[in-house]
Amino acid sequence: MAEPTGPRTGWRRLRDLPDDSPRKTVIVTLAVCLFCSALVAGSVVWLRPHQLAHREREREARLLALAAAVPGLEGMVSGLGEAEVTARVVDLDTGRAAEGIDPDTFDAQEEARDPERSRELDPEVDLARIGRRPRHATVYMVRERGDLRLIVLPVYGAGYASTLRGFLALAADTNTIRGIGIYEQGETPGIGDQVQDPAWLAHWPGKLLRDETGALRIRVAKERIDPRDPEASFAVEGISGATRTGAGVTRIVRFWTGPLGFGPFLARIREEES
Amino acid sequence: MSPGPAAPTPLRALWRPLVDENPVALQVLGVCSALAVTRSLATALLMSAAVIAVLAGSSALISALRHWIPRQVRLILEITIIASLVTVVDQVLAAFFWDLSRELSVFVGLIVTNCILLGRAESFALAQPVHLSVLDGIGNGLGYAAVLVLVGSVRELLGRGELLGHTVLATADSGGWFQPVGLMLLPPSAFFLIGTLVWALRSARPPEKGEGP
Repeated sequence: MAEPTGPRTGWRRLRDLPDDSPRKTVIVTLAVCLFCSALVAGSVVWLRPHQLAHREREREARLLALAAAVPGLEGMVSGLGEAEVTARVVDLDTGRAAEGIDPDTFDAQEEARDPERSRELDPEVDLARIGRRPRHATVYMVRERGDLRLIVLPVYGAGYASTLRGFLALAADTNTIRGIGIYEQGETPGIGDQVQDPAWLAHWPGKLLRDETGALRIRVAKERIDPRDPEASFAVEGISGATRTGAGVTRIVRFWTGPLGFGPFLARIREEES
Repeated sequence: MSPGPAAPTPLRALWRPLVDENPVALQVLGVCSALAVTRSLATALLMSAAVIAVLAGSSALISALRHWIPRQVRLILEITIIASLVTVVDQVLAAFFWDLSRELSVFVGLIVTNCILLGRAESFALAQPVHLSVLDGIGNGLGYAAVLVLVGSVRELLGRGELLGHTVLATADSGGWFQPVGLMLLPPSAFFLIGTLVWALRSARPPEKGEGP
C-alpha cells in the first residue's frame, strides 16, 4: 500500500484508529453531527415555502368560515368562486398597515382596555359610545382572482341594552355596503335582537354610506322608505319597536366608517385601487 | 443450521422481515405507533412510507459509517442519524401532505423511538454492507407497513364502511345495510387486531424452541 497521503488515506487512517481513541470519537461524532445539522437545516429551508402556503390556506379557510358564520355575511363569501382572504392590522389614525403586528394574535378588545394603546374619545365624537378606541384594528380583504371584492371591517358599539359586535362588508369602491353581520348582541329578546334576523339584514346590501358630496348619510330609518325616493339608497328601514337599537346601528356604522374609525384606511384603499 | 441468522443474501434481507421475522407481529416492536395511526388506511399508508424512508436511509448511513463509528458512542450517533432523518421526513410530510400530517401529529416525530429503527441499526446495519442494509431496512419497513395497512384497512372498513375515504359498504345511516362497528375507530380495537395477528402468525410459524437472540 502506498504511503498515506491525501484525504482518502486520511479517512482510512481514522477508520483504523482503535475505538477508544479520543481523536476518532471526537472527529467522527463532530462529522456526523455537522452532516445531520446540514441535512435538517437544508430540508427546513427548502420546504418552508410549501409549509407556509399550507398554513396560509388553512388560515384563509378559517377566516372564510368565520365570515360565513356571521348572520348576514354567509351568502356573500360562499358566492365568491376563488375567494382569497387576507387579514391585516391597520393603524386607524393613519390608515396604514401596522408593521410588526401579527393579525393572528392581535386582539383589538384587549388593546381597547389598555390606556397606553388606545385613545379616549370625547363624548361628542364618540358616536358608537365605546369610550376608548384601540389604536389598531384587523380588517379582512377578500379578493377574487386579484380583484378586491370585499373589505370586511370589524365594528362594535352600544345598541340599546348591550354592545353590538359585527362586521361591515363594503365593496371595493368603499362606499357600497355589501352586507352587515352581527355576531354578538344582547338586545331585547324578540324586538331588538332582530338585528341578527337575516330578513332585516337583507335590507343592507346595495345601500350607500355617503352621497356625492362625501357626507355620511347612511341611517336606519324610523319611517317607511319609498324605494323610488332618492333618499332610499342611504336608508334602511328600522325594526319596529326597536328604534333605539336601530339608532345604535346607525351610530356604530357612522362612527366606524368616519374619520375616527376606518375613514383614513378607506381613503387609502380608494387611492390604491384607483 | 447454525444458531443465529443464516448468511444474508439480498433477497433474504428484503423478504424475511415481511412475514418470517415481521418486526411488529413476531418481534412485537413498533406496536405503539401501529396502534395510534391505523384509524384509517390513508394515515397507515403515509406512516408506513415515512418509516420505510427513515429505515432505508438510516440503515444506509449507519452501514456506510460502520467502520468509523466507535463502539462507545454508537448509540448516540445512531440516534442522531435517525432523529435527523425523522425530522427531514416530518418536514417533507408537512410540506406535501399537510392534512394527513396534521392527523399523524406527533407520531411521525415518535418514529425516533420506534424500536425497529434502533433494532435494525444495532443488529444489522452495523455489521453488514450498505446494499444489504438498505434492503433490510426496506424489508423491515415493508413488514411494519404490512401490519399497519392490514389493521388500518380492517379498522376503516368495519368502523366507517370506507377504504381511503371511498364508500365500500353502504352504511345504515346512508340507506345501506352495513352497521358500522364504532369500536373499530377507538384505539383498543387496534390492540385486539394486532393481538389476533400476533397469535395467528405465531401459531402458523412457531418460534424455534430455545432460540436465543
